[in-house]
Amino acid sequence: MSAATEFTVNGSAVAVTAPGVKRLSDVLRDDLGLTGTKIGCNAGDCGACTVLLDGEQVCACMVSLAQAAGRTVDSIEGLANGASLHKLQAAFQRHGAAQCGICTPAMLMAASDLLARVAKPNEAEVMDALGGVLCRCTGYRKIIEAVLDSAGEQIELVPDAGAAVGARLAKVDGLAKLNGGESYGADGIPEDALWLRVVRSPHAFARFTLGDLDAFVAAHPGIDRVLTAADVPDNCYAVMPGFKDQPVLAEDMVRMRGEGVVALVGERGAIDSVGDVELPISYQPLEAMLDVAAATAPDAFQLHADRPGNILAEGKVRKGDIEAGFAASAAIAEGGFETAYVEHAYIEPEAGWARRVGERMEVHASTQSPMMDRDEVADVLKLAHEDVRIVPTACGGGFGGKLDLAVQPLIAIAAWLTERPVAAVYSRPESMASTTKRHPASITARSGCDSEGRLQAVEFHADVNTGAYASWGPTVAGRVPVHAMGPYFVPHVATSGRAVLTNGPSCGAFRGFGVPQAAIAHETLLDDLAQELTIDRLQIRLTNALRPGQATGTGQVLEASAGLAPCLELLEPYWCAALEEVSAFNADAGPLRRGAGIGCMWYGIGNTGLSNPSTMRVTLDGGGKLMLYNGAVDIGQGSTTIMAQICADGLGLPVAQLEQVVGDTDLTADAGKTSASRQTFVSGKAAQLAGEDLRHRILRQANAGPDAEIELARGMLIVRDGGERHEIDLSALPTDSDGAVLEGLGTFDPPTIPLDENGQGTPYACYGFAAQIALVEVDTELGTTKVLKITAAHDVGRAINPIQVEGQVEGGIAQGLGLALMEEYVPGHNDNLHDYLIPTIGDMPEIEILVVEDAEPLGPYGAKGVGEPGLIPTAPAIFGAIRHATGVRLTRAPALPHRLRAAILEKEENGG
Amino acid sequence: MAEYLRPETLESALDALKGAPFSVLAGGTDFYPARVDPAPGEDVLDISALADLRGIEELPDHWRLGALTTWSDIVRADLPPIFDGLKLAAREVGGVQIQNRGTLGGNLCNASPAADGVPPLLSLDASVELSSAGGSETMALGEFLHGARKTALKADQLMTALTVPKPSQARAAGHFVKLGARKYLVISIVMLAANVEIDGDGKVSSARIAAGACSEVACRLPALEATLIGSACCDDLGNAARADHLAPLAPLDDLRGSAEYRVDAALTLVRRCLDELGARA
Repeated sequence: MSAATEFTVNGSAVAVTAPGVKRLSDVLRDDLGLTGTKIGCNAGDCGACTVLLDGEQVCACMVSLAQAAGRTVDSIEGLANGASLHKLQAAFQRHGAAQCGICTPAMLMAASDLLARVAKPNEAEVMDALGGVLCRCTGYRKIIEAVLDSAGEQIELVPDAGAAVGARLAKVDGLAKLNGGESYGADGIPEDALWLRVVRSPHAFARFTLGDLDAFVAAHPGIDRVLTAADVPDNCYAVMPGFKDQPVLAEDMVRMRGEGVVALVGERGAIDSVGDVELPISYQPLEAMLDVAAATAPDAFQLHADRPGNILAEGKVRKGDIEAGFAASAAIAEGGFETAYVEHAYIEPEAGWARRVGERMEVHASTQSPMMDRDEVADVLKLAHEDVRIVPTACGGGFGGKLDLAVQPLIAIAAWLTERPVAAVYSRPESMASTTKRHPASITARSGCDSEGRLQAVEFHADVNTGAYASWGPTVAGRVPVHAMGPYFVPHVATSGRAVLTNGPSCGAFRGFGVPQAAIAHETLLDDLAQELTIDRLQIRLTNALRPGQATGTGQVLEASAGLAPCLELLEPYWCAALEEVSAFNADAGPLRRGAGIGCMWYGIGNTGLSNPSTMRVTLDGGGKLMLYNGAVDIGQGSTTIMAQICADGLGLPVAQLEQVVGDTDLTADAGKTSASRQTFVSGKAAQLAGEDLRHRILRQANAGPDAEIELARGMLIVRDGGERHEIDLSALPTDSDGAVLEGLGTFDPPTIPLDENGQGTPYACYGFAAQIALVEVDTELGTTKVLKITAAHDVGRAINPIQVEGQVEGGIAQGLGLALMEEYVPGHNDNLHDYLIPTIGDMPEIEILVVEDAEPLGPYGAKGVGEPGLIPTAPAIFGAIRHATGVRLTRAPALPHRLRAAILEKEENGG
Repeated sequence: MAEYLRPETLESALDALKGAPFSVLAGGTDFYPARVDPAPGEDVLDISALADLRGIEELPDHWRLGALTTWSDIVRADLPPIFDGLKLAAREVGGVQIQNRGTLGGNLCNASPAADGVPPLLSLDASVELSSAGGSETMALGEFLHGARKTALKADQLMTALTVPKPSQARAAGHFVKLGARKYLVISIVMLAANVEIDGDGKVSSARIAAGACSEVACRLPALEATLIGSACCDDLGNAARADHLAPLAPLDDLRGSAEYRVDAALTLVRRCLDELGARA
């Protein structure tokens, strides 16, 4: 070991003894405990480790310790320089510029570099300065706003009692995301932990045998053991009941590239200096079935014993008489559509640590679904569910990807066997190779309408490549046919979806569960019909918009809160302006052509036809502490703030007085998964009921009427009812086992009716609706598309927190833009963030958001979900706009430049 | 135990290379990304403390750019219009974090077919200076680059500098255009760089045009260069470019684009690049 390297960090001299080649990011985190600097890729692709080196922004992952010698390093922990917040941090908080927060320290450091050089930067300068940091949550717009407003007035909104719902309240848990204090999966690992690294299959399909692992361990000091399938008590898990098919570590056969074969457990340096090829694993590759055609061939190998024909799941909806519907149609459009694998690309790779506590297991990991993690980890370990405790760390982005198990069962098994804490942090390539993707879809569809443009019939089938294991594939197969006709009233429907097992990456949950793929098809066909009948594209959508009193394809009559028509009506002036702008711009000849497109969507909130309850508990203790026990994990979208706003208003106390315990499965009740846009609607309702329940109990204590006002101060409750004033001394009340003197409970399970054999029923209690307009500019000579503006109208029922509604929509638009224009995961070819492209700050258009509040009677204060709806209409709107600009009807996502250029050339050759 | 050397003089760095081979580390922007997967330790020669290798110097008949000169150094330097293309390329390398660390020498020694620095430096007629304990040699950049990740650099050599000859005409300028599938942090699908010199009659007296990411090594387009000689310098200079001028290109199909598309886009870009250059030069 060399002598200590001396340098300055955040104004203090430090001396670090570590190898000179060690990455500065690792030095900051491991040697100096400054975990505010995040690691997203170790390759300079994501910028999450951005710090200042002698005042210039650099990726700390590409600076060696030796290169820091004698220099000055500034990290997020020093940004505020002793103050509570730097003005940039305050602006980020005010503008909602941090969602999950994993990129926030880097964004702030890059912005501070800019502000040191340019006191009042313009938007282009902000983009140039922050262009090296990727964000997957926000869509960047609020980050830009915050940097531009860094000198703005620092006002903190503090809503009064009863006024939290609807307020533009800053995140109640925001500060830790801004100062580097938040603890994500890789941030709180105990110093004495062993580390685990999975050795993964380079083959998509192979049998394998293991050689002498004892000899391998003996030859590699620092490696304690090599876990194999034989170490897993019950080596089969699933994320959906009834679909257990996935081993924690493969047994004899790997069914996908990136599948875990063995896991090395030992000192971190030791497991990280052994290449995979050094392991005694002998593969006998088999001919992989990489697509639906190969896996459904008559003689195809059956991947799982209980899935004949490699069919994982099917779903369908049948309504009316489809042939009669087409017979009654004046115009019929049809087409085939293909979409790609899409990677979640959260900036935080999967990470966590576990420890054995007596005969119980405790797992700290980044997750979207603590109770599911608990039950699956327990099953794998053959423990009772209650004997596993999941303590969710902060989650650095999920989008459905962390709705699956990753490190959790592995570290739990290792910690159980070694009786030591065991940690695992996936590398970026490992995360991309081994975790789930959005399903590639192959869609054929046909739509017919009468001469007025009224839809008569929609026929639709999607084959989705679900990959090697079930994951959430059945959900996609079920959700797609329900949504496949779009948010329209259609009398005759025949839609279906089929999830096919292949040797591709396991495909699972990803923001929209297949609906974004389906929307490309139904919206393109609607544009076809509009074109054939020369009806305006917005008008045909308005004509067909599902309205209250009408029945969906599943026969569910929507009683209320079907707000597509109001969305479209709000968009009309924007649409006319966009069409005018396009025709004015295109009046001049040239390679740049503009176009406007419109996309609509609907989205059932919550699980499809399944019970998905949530329970919330709010308590007061003898000292007057008001605590919400909230099992809904916040993955950046802001549910912790939403629950606080709703619960506080249900109770009638100021939101600022509410503290929370979030996600810990020992302390909170099951709130269900953070998925399917359900937390605001389902858990929000439970939080409202819990708040109201506690309020009733307080009022009962005081014998006060329902309109009484409550005040909480210094351990006392003061209840004012008309002229009467009652005091409740909380310290005088008897306490229950966890110290509460008063509690409120709320449970909500949205009423649904499972779909019957014809797909008829009430799959969701309510639906979100939205329409978006895209304005694009296509460089027809290069096939490149620049999205200039998105105008998004969303029916959210009620905007509990408008900042967060905007944040969800903007973030969804960014992912929809990626889906439309650049994102295509190719297994084995782009397991990194420089070959797999997600939008950067410079790719984001201007976004204008119009919120429609068509109240949902079942929802908390009328609210329903908005997480997934933001993404779904974006790609169809962009495709429609490209078609408007170029005449090219796109049928394959993404519209990479070479594909669009080829389509433009083909169109020109065919005479335009 | 792997060695990590960080010498402060070129002499000691070159002495180290006389013995066992080292992996050379400078700005780290290619070194570290190549080491994401677990691997055994290796001997590293960190040349970033060789202060003499960084900076730009104007000499009577050429410019000398130290191999450790960063992209940000290029962006900030006060340089004549022949360097405009290199400056534009510098602003499009990764994000600012990469520009602050990545070096010209590293970009050339890494020899990626999509290296942003190569087309503008080819259009500047740059040469590279390679040094070993036994002495230095200078060779044209085109000779230095042998293929994807292949160069003429010997195990005992370091690239120490680049040299760019001064133009013979007072009017001379460069330009660069890059095509990628997103705005920042993007590997090029196609790049075009051009430099022209304009004589007293307003005609092109010298032209160097190079295309990147369309072949294993970025390459010059000599037939097009020849065609331009004697043309009037104006904003439709690119009209002279024809598909057959792109014969030297041999692109591959990959994730970023098909071979056919690259050639097609290269023609568009070379025309635009020359039009813009003609308008400004």
